[in-house]
Amino acid sequence: MTLEVRNLQTHFHTKAGVVRAVDGVSFSVAEGKILGLVGESGSGKSVTGFSIMGLVDPPGRIVGGQVLFQGRDIVGLPEAEIRKLRGNRIAMIFQDPMMTLNPVLKVETQMIEAIRAHADVDRKTAWTRARDALGQVGIPSPEERLASYPHQFSGGMRQRVAIAIALLNKPDLIVADEPTTALDVTIQGQILYEVQKLARETRTALIWITHDLSVVASLADEICVMYAGRIVERGSVDEVLDAPAHPYTAGLIGSVPSRNAKGQPLTQIPGVMPSMLNLPSGCAFRLRCAHADARCEVAPPEPVGPRGVRCVRPLAGPRTGAAA
Amino acid sequence: MTVFIIRRLMQSGLVLLLMSLIVFFGVFAIGDPVEIFIAADADQAERERAIAALGLDRPIWEQYFFFVANALKGDLGRSFVFNMPSIDLILMRLPATLELALVAVAMSVLIGVPLGMYAGYRPDSVGAKTIMAGSIFGFSLPTFWVGLMLILIFAVELGWLPSTGRGELGTFLGVQSSLFTWNGLSHLFLPALNLALFNISLVIRLTRAGMRENLPMDYVKFARAKGLSQRRVVLVHVLKNILIPIVTVVGLEIGQVIAFAVVTETIFAWPGMGKLIIDSINNLDRPVIVAYLLIIVIMFIVINLIVDILYSILDPRVRLGDMGK
Amino acid sequence: MTDALHPAAPPKVETPFRRFVADFCESRIALAGLAVFVVVFAAAMLCAWISPQNPYDLRQLDIMDGKMKPGSTSGDGLVFWLGSDSQGRDMVSAILYGLRTSFLVAVTSGFIAAAVGTTVGLLAAYYGGRVDTLLMRAVDIKLSFPAILIALILLAVLGQGTDKIILALVIIQWAYYARTVRASALVERRKEYVEAAHCLALPKSRILFRHILPNCLPPLIVVGTIQIANSIALEATLSFLGVGLPITEPSLGLLIANGFEYILSGVYWISFFPGVALLVTIVSINLVGDQLRDVLNPRLQK
Repeated sequence: MTLEVRNLQTHFHTKAGVVRAVDGVSFSVAEGKILGLVGESGSGKSVTGFSIMGLVDPPGRIVGGQVLFQGRDIVGLPEAEIRKLRGNRIAMIFQDPMMTLNPVLKVETQMIEAIRAHADVDRKTAWTRARDALGQVGIPSPEERLASYPHQFSGGMRQRVAIAIALLNKPDLIVADEPTTALDVTIQGQILYEVQKLARETRTALIWITHDLSVVASLADEICVMYAGRIVERGSVDEVLDAPAHPYTAGLIGSVPSRNAKGQPLTQIPGVMPSMLNLPSGCAFRLRCAHADARCEVAPPEPVGPRGVRCVRPLAGPRTGAAA
Repeated sequence: MTVFIIRRLMQSGLVLLLMSLIVFFGVFAIGDPVEIFIAADADQAERERAIAALGLDRPIWEQYFFFVANALKGDLGRSFVFNMPSIDLILMRLPATLELALVAVAMSVLIGVPLGMYAGYRPDSVGAKTIMAGSIFGFSLPTFWVGLMLILIFAVELGWLPSTGRGELGTFLGVQSSLFTWNGLSHLFLPALNLALFNISLVIRLTRAGMRENLPMDYVKFARAKGLSQRRVVLVHVLKNILIPIVTVVGLEIGQVIAFAVVTETIFAWPGMGKLIIDSINNLDRPVIVAYLLIIVIMFIVINLIVDILYSILDPRVRLGDMGK
Repeated sequence: MTDALHPAAPPKVETPFRRFVADFCESRIALAGLAVFVVVFAAAMLCAWISPQNPYDLRQLDIMDGKMKPGSTSGDGLVFWLGSDSQGRDMVSAILYGLRTSFLVAVTSGFIAAAVGTTVGLLAAYYGGRVDTLLMRAVDIKLSFPAILIALILLAVLGQGTDKIILALVIIQWAYYARTVRASALVERRKEYVEAAHCLALPKSRILFRHILPNCLPPLIVVGTIQIANSIALEATLSFLGVGLPITEPSLGLLIANGFEYILSGVYWISFFPGVALLVTIVSINLVGDQLRDVLNPRLQK
């Protein structure tokens, strides 16, 4: 198993109170597999990604749980140790390619420093590797492009550069935080295709964080759906998308337009995500849930196993969790 | 780039023309040019000769051209007090002022940037709060009073440093400066610190604001995600981004510093052109005042031009003429 | 959703002014600054009644009491808490009278500059186009020259005098107000209520001064506060250099200049205490100004 996250808790201690952005999340990804981490904004999916990277900034802090990378718990490792992993064994791709590259440094500087931070190679060797990485992600005439500044690239090209940087040191795990959200649909397709291909070829494990179910549908092997800092449903792509058990997952699927359901009204989830400072007791989703009743006021049990749901009144689908 | 420089040069020419008009009318229309250019103790014959020589009996627009033509020839009248061409007098004093101003600017960057970076990096630490409180004082303390206090503490009470004059000059690569002798340095330190104090505070605030603005940005997190050391992230990635506005502001401040050198030079008896202008105002040595004004206006225009060009070189987004959107 | 469950129940109506006061009071340092400023300002304005002597009534001065140390007693039994100057003048009294002069000059010039600058800024924003370009170019050129240089030029040409230094301070400051007002007026002008006022065919001057101007006040207040502090400092500097206020109207700068020649002989108090008074005044105004900027800045509002 490349990565195993166990009961991860990342809290933000703000003036207004403690925000439990990630509150007991567990999942795992195997070598060469792709995990889709799905949720609305504020569900804690990005914070989960940053927690794995050890990049949670104050007032946020990992207060509990384990992040086992290749069997070794990396929570609480000294900064120098975790830095050896970052960008080397675990890489990350960010959401907005316009913001992730440093505007005043040349692309080659930003690539070469990433190589030389982890390997004792001379500039020439590093430069060659950077050039090859750019070629690998489909950037034409990489030699010339290396000497350019980020603003001379289009958004899609910048994201390719960011992906090339993530791939530079052939990591074992890539955390991709909505890397296609800010891009045009056509570019989105290309990037999805290429990332998938690269991950399969290099046997890299991939965590794809997104709010867009249609993206993970074509990409991921497994899906975890997050709501209010917790995983509410987990399973293989087909299981979750074809037979969602949690009303929230069903709501998400219902709100995606599809060809097969032309002419039928889209369903929508009423209301908005509750404030993380003021979550309802019991199931966090119950105030927006059409199926909720008195039983939902008690916290639902933790989903266990590869297919699980955090709901006492699940829809069709698995029986786990409903046993209570 | 060339188009940009040409356009800026034309603008500068326009400003210079405008300022020459203002100085001219300030001197000739509001004040009495006879009084300004002719010593008060001159006799009647001398006066008439001078009036004819300066063309003061001609119509006003002709006088203006006369003034500009003379100015272009480098003739801005003779100093009554020193009895030499006023422009030569000012150019003689210029190096001392430039030396003081440049050392002060260097000090403000070398002290201000590290302190500001620390204050922005650890905003809640006691050190940062002390630095910021200090910077409020640096802003509020009137330069001339700080100068007096520096003299009182370091020259009168402690007796460590001299309080007046420029000291010995050394020559290095054909440049004469007090930077090259110990005696010169000891004379330079207090005035330069005095002049730098306001700008140290300014640079601290700018740097701190830049740190606070840049640290939460995605590119910083991405740089950290690459596994770079915190040192490299802050000293290369962040610093390079915040240096752009700092260089711009500090560049523009050079003009301010040269102007404020008037105060510091008066206090420390530094033989620069700022002290000269105050002496000239007090002695009613008006040709020197006119020459000083024109020269300082030209200096300002040149400094602004250089800063604009420097800025476009530093920021790759401006350099290539598109904003990267 | 949560609102429906927990209906907000504030008994007190929150007016913008109340919120402004509450926000301002959040910083204890700014409150302290305000308190100090009020005390200093009141003491300066009441100097004729509260100061131990009239420092410029020569009959009350005795040269024998000159350069006395802080805390010593004069021949008439007056205690010089902060010492006396070379002519036997009580420093406390001299500082209070000096502060009054400094305040009067700064506030008068500040109001005139604000009036001129506001008018220019409003006109530029309202008419736009050529008028705007021309006025703003003038502002840019003015701002590219340091204040002290402009003041020196003006005073060298005009000569000394209270009216002249006020004029110089107005010429130095108007551009800051003009630029600030123009920036916020430009934003306001595009808003719908101005359009509505146009539709009602209200006269232009009414739209400008009754509708747009009140909305430009917050940044104007911030700039005004900082400018008052700056002009106090600048006036002191000019008076110190001997080109500012005449000797008949001694401000703090002149007091400090008078003490300058005695500093080398260790008689520090003639320069030191007026400087401290100047510093306390400027710091307290700047503290208030800093907090005003934070509170009134719409970008920082929660």
